[in-house]
Order: sequence, then C-alpha cells, then structure tokens
Amino acid sequence: MSLFDIFKKKSSGDVAKDRLKLLLVSDRANCSPEIMELIKNDIINVIAKYMEIDCEGLDIQITQTESEGENGNVPALVANIPIKEVKHNS
Amino acid sequence: MSEVIVVTSGKGGVGKTTTSANVGTGLAKLNKKVVLIDTDIGLRNLDVVMGLENRIVYNLVDVVEGNCRAKQAMIKDKRYPNLYLLPSAQTRDKTSVSPEQMVALVNELREEFDYIILDCPAGIEQGFKNAIAGADRALVVTTPEVSAIRDADRIIGLLEANSMKKVDLIVNRIRMDMVKKGDMMSIEDVVDILAINLIGAVPDDENIVIATNQGEPLVGNDTLPGQAYMNICKRIMGEDVPMLDLAKNNGFFAKIAGLFKKN
Repeated sequence: MSLFDIFKKKSSGDVAKDRLKLLLVSDRANCSPEIMELIKNDIINVIAKYMEIDCEGLDIQITQTESEGENGNVPALVANIPIKEVKHNS
Repeated sequence: MSEVIVVTSGKGGVGKTTTSANVGTGLAKLNKKVVLIDTDIGLRNLDVVMGLENRIVYNLVDVVEGNCRAKQAMIKDKRYPNLYLLPSAQTRDKTSVSPEQMVALVNELREEFDYIILDCPAGIEQGFKNAIAGADRALVVTTPEVSAIRDADRIIGLLEANSMKKVDLIVNRIRMDMVKKGDMMSIEDVVDILAINLIGAVPDDENIVIATNQGEPLVGNDTLPGQAYMNICKRIMGEDVPMLDLAKNNGFFAKIAGLFKKN
C-alpha cells in the first residue's frame, strides 16, 4: 500500500491534523532548511568514513517520537541513510 | 483589581476584532467597567464593528503623543454605561507608538477600569509587540484551519517568550456539520495540537455577519454565538461555565467540557 492510499482513506480533517502536527514540530524546533542541509552534509562526511552511502537517497527530517519519560511526544531527528557498501578494509 | 487582556492571533481575518468587540461588550453587560483599545494603527476597524465610527474625535496616537488626554479620546458607548472605546489612528503607522508608551497608557487606565481589552493587529511585528507589552493575559483566537493554527502556535510561542502570565484559546468559526463529516478539525483536535487552555468556542454563524453589518455586538443575545461569547466573558471573570453544546445531542461535546474542567 502506497502512502497515497493511506491518505485517501483519511478524512480531510485528519489529514490537516497530521500535517499540522509534523509542521509544528519543525516550526517549534526552529530549524531552517539551511541548517538541515548543513546537518545532512556533516552526517554524510562522518558515515562516509566507514561505509559507502547513497547521498542522493539520504533523507533527514525532524519529527515527533514518544518520549521514554513522562512528557509525551518529543521532537526527534530521523535520518534515513541508504548504504551502498560497507567498507571492510578501513 | 483590573486586568489587561490582549486579543491576538497572528493570522489576519480569524475574528480578533469581532472577539474584542463581543468580549468587551459582554464584560460591560456583566457590570464591569471596560475600555476597548484598537491597537491596529493604520487599519482601524474596531470602531466600525462597534458601530461607533461616527463619534471619533481623537485617537490612540493623539493620546500617546500628548495632543489630548485619554479621557478626551475615549468614546463612551451610549448603549452600555460602563463601556468605552479608544480608537486607533487611521492615517499613521505602527511605529507611531512604542511598547513603553503602551505600557504607560495601560497603567494609567488601570486606575479607572476593571478590564482593558487590546485588539491586536495581525502579524508579529511592531504592532503585535505594542499590543502585548502591557497585557496581563492573552486570548489567542484561531479557526480550525491549518494556516490559522500554525500562526496561533507561533504566537503562543512568542507570548511565552515574552512571559505572558496567562494564555487562553478561543476556537472561532467552527462548523459542527463539517466536523461531523470529518472535513474540519474538531475543537478537541485544535486544543490537542496547540496544547493550551480552551476558554471557549464560537460557531461559524450568519448572525455574526448581521451583527457586524449593524455595528451591534451580539454577545448575550439568544443566538448560539451570542451565548458562546457571553460564556467566554464569564470564564474570563473566573466563573466555571460548562461548554456550550454547539451541536445538539452530540456526545463529542461532553468530552470537550471534561477537557475544559481539567485545566
């Protein structure tokens, strides 16, 4: 099932709520696209020392995650980094 | 004991001025001495919503610049013995007044009034800073739309950064028929996202348009928004009023009422 199919089943009110929740997390974190780009480049540089990664497919974003403590949802930086090949002889 | 309340929203067109007019008039109807101050310099509107546009002699900028005393600029609303309006200037801009001048004016008015209601301009620039400078508490007005809620969230952040003591939410223009169909965020959804205390919800209602056309706030009459605004006024005064059932025979609203009591 594609992402599109999930949204098709939701009412527009729920879509609005979900979009807003994500949006406000990054708004509140006060993270500009420029800073996100800098973070992304730094992550690439660190990981590249140990493995070959797909820089094009790399995606990072700020989202919400359940906190282990008692303060509910907290912002989290989630990075999806596709690995092409792990370097063995480093 | 007087209280200074700023009505703000970030986004324009969500109902700040209508809310200011109805909350101010409602509090006056509840025998409180109230002054409404329009702080939207250059885009004066509270006077016309209140139906007092023909009686303006001096304005807010005249008062802060010392061209007249506050007493001379305030228009007495003849319909309610305790209600006054200090209109904004139409031909000046937001930089004509500083936050310090607003604080001084508000503190002078505290001596005489129970409630001072500040109608804030849209945006987060100078006009917003002026309006919140002297306020004790804020009413954040939003509608159940993504743009208005996003802006409200930003405003709430700024109010907290400016150590506003009390921030309450008004969800305006709710359409229960659309909520029922799932095509509009519910009051519960909005409160969940913004995570501040709900002080009232006002339905989208044609009576608001009619009242604005006539320049007569509808607070306290027997229409649904009239009752909703009156309940907000009572809650501002500290009364524990149950949430109005905007959609009759709906279990959903019992939940909202419960939510409100918890806070």
